[in-house]
Amino acid sequence: MTDDAIVVEGLEKSYGNVRALCGIDFAARPGSVLGLLGPNGAGKTTAVRILTTLLEPDGGTARVAGLDVVKDAAALRAKIGLAGQYAAVDENLTGFENLEMVGELYHLPRAQARARADELLEQFDLVEAAKRPAKTYSGGMRRRLDLAAALVYRPPVLFLDEPTTGLDPRSRLGMWETIESRTEEGSTVLLTTQYLEEADRLADRIVVIDHGNVIAEGTSDELKDQVGGERLEVVLEDVGDCEAAVAALAEVADERPRLEGKTVLAPVRRRSGVIADAVLRLHSAGVGIDDISLRRPTLDDVFLYLTGHRAEEDPEEQSEPVEEVAA
Amino acid sequence: MSSNVSDTLVLARRNLKRIPRQPDLLIAYTIQPVMFVLLFVYVFGGAISTPGFDYVDFLMPGIIVQSIAFGGFVTALGLSEDVKKGLIDRFRSLPMSRAAVLAGRTFSDILLNCLSLVVLFAVGFAAGFNFIDTTVGQVILGLVLVLLMGYAFSWIFALVGLFSSSPETANSIGFTLIFPLTFASSVFVPAATMPDGLRQFAEANPFTTWSDAVRSLWIGTPPHTDVWMSFVWCGALIVIFAPLAVARYRKVAAR
Repeated sequence: MTDDAIVVEGLEKSYGNVRALCGIDFAARPGSVLGLLGPNGAGKTTAVRILTTLLEPDGGTARVAGLDVVKDAAALRAKIGLAGQYAAVDENLTGFENLEMVGELYHLPRAQARARADELLEQFDLVEAAKRPAKTYSGGMRRRLDLAAALVYRPPVLFLDEPTTGLDPRSRLGMWETIESRTEEGSTVLLTTQYLEEADRLADRIVVIDHGNVIAEGTSDELKDQVGGERLEVVLEDVGDCEAAVAALAEVADERPRLEGKTVLAPVRRRSGVIADAVLRLHSAGVGIDDISLRRPTLDDVFLYLTGHRAEEDPEEQSEPVEEVAA
Repeated sequence: MSSNVSDTLVLARRNLKRIPRQPDLLIAYTIQPVMFVLLFVYVFGGAISTPGFDYVDFLMPGIIVQSIAFGGFVTALGLSEDVKKGLIDRFRSLPMSRAAVLAGRTFSDILLNCLSLVVLFAVGFAAGFNFIDTTVGQVILGLVLVLLMGYAFSWIFALVGLFSSSPETANSIGFTLIFPLTFASSVFVPAATMPDGLRQFAEANPFTTWSDAVRSLWIGTPPHTDVWMSFVWCGALIVIFAPLAVARYRKVAAR
């Protein structure tokens, strides 16, 4: 345990009356990618801010790369890289100048800072934009530059706080590919995200947090198994057929199918052939189908399952625990 | 220690690089003081009596004090923007000096203030300003005093910037709290002409001390105790506001 790259024990933090972290524990093995998954206001950013020495915890301990985040803060800063939610780049500097500045602030000799900047611009596909001020960059380019800045010093531990929030789907996909290729280099990565799909794709292990508590932990498969893997959704033409539909789909599903209005929901574990199988069975049972689809579990499904409430898409952090849906 | 200096220089260079790329800032730096000089010399000047002196000679030391004090405003705007954009988070997560971001700001302000002085003197001389009854040494001492005062204000504005949630807030704090202070002083008119109450306030106002000190060095007015009191004020402001700003920097969070 002690040689883990990130060790968090009983970490607490409050802002006034709001308890952002209520004593959380988690750990990340060296070279692994840990996904911190949760809705807005869950405490993800607070955890990252504590682990990157930006904020002092009220209680508990955290060690990163073997160093205490409070007592050894100064030494720790030479071992971490941070790419935050805001794409923290200087808009009036060019891409090259931004990376050169960060290199110099890590006390690399100037020639080395420049060489490293060129290398990163190449890796992050920003060579053409290198001499343009960052204010002319697209959102995706800014995030790439921000991530490049976090990697200037080849930090052994990298923190990515919602690296794709606010990006369009195409830029998000590009960002995932970039992160994947970077994390192959052996850094330990802590990634926060609101998207299960993102944690699923990038993280080796996932810690789910909600209202400052860890509510689940495991690999993405383990979490999905808890939620029930994928879900077949069949919208019926006629609600009168529901019993026949549930009976027909029971043979395909892993658990007893549920009815929600005109929709039958059937948890399934295997993916291939399920739709064809279901259509045949429903057809022979004489059930009319309006629509049929196979859906991966979403963050909402995980939350609904684990907490009984939805992971509401609330844009403001700290302001969400108002409407809880009872299970 | 040496990393303090090198980090500060890296950040000062960053601040100066953006000046030509944000021309609006450069315009504020050059046009605004010019407007003030022209406005006061030609619009109000005729109605203001400064016995023994041409108004332009009385005005220029005061207006230079006011303009240079506000030179540090660039620091307030820049820092509040850096906080908002998350750049301060990045800097605080780097193994760099804790004071460098602020020291880099205030240091680049000194260079900007030198630029500002060149513009102010050019306009001043064009409007008829003359040094009176002075020596090269006294003129230089006046310049040093003005730049030191500007440096002290940069630290005040650093604190303003770190407490502001946006550049707009920084702007309104600067112009509602500090700007009026320059008017309730001898910057534009002799304090002796003011009504009771305001006059005592103006006489205690450090802007009066600075303006009168620079006048005594540049246009030969009686020095009283103003020159050394001016340096005391500068030192006191730096000693109070620099640690406050650094302490705030250590805690400041994005948004």
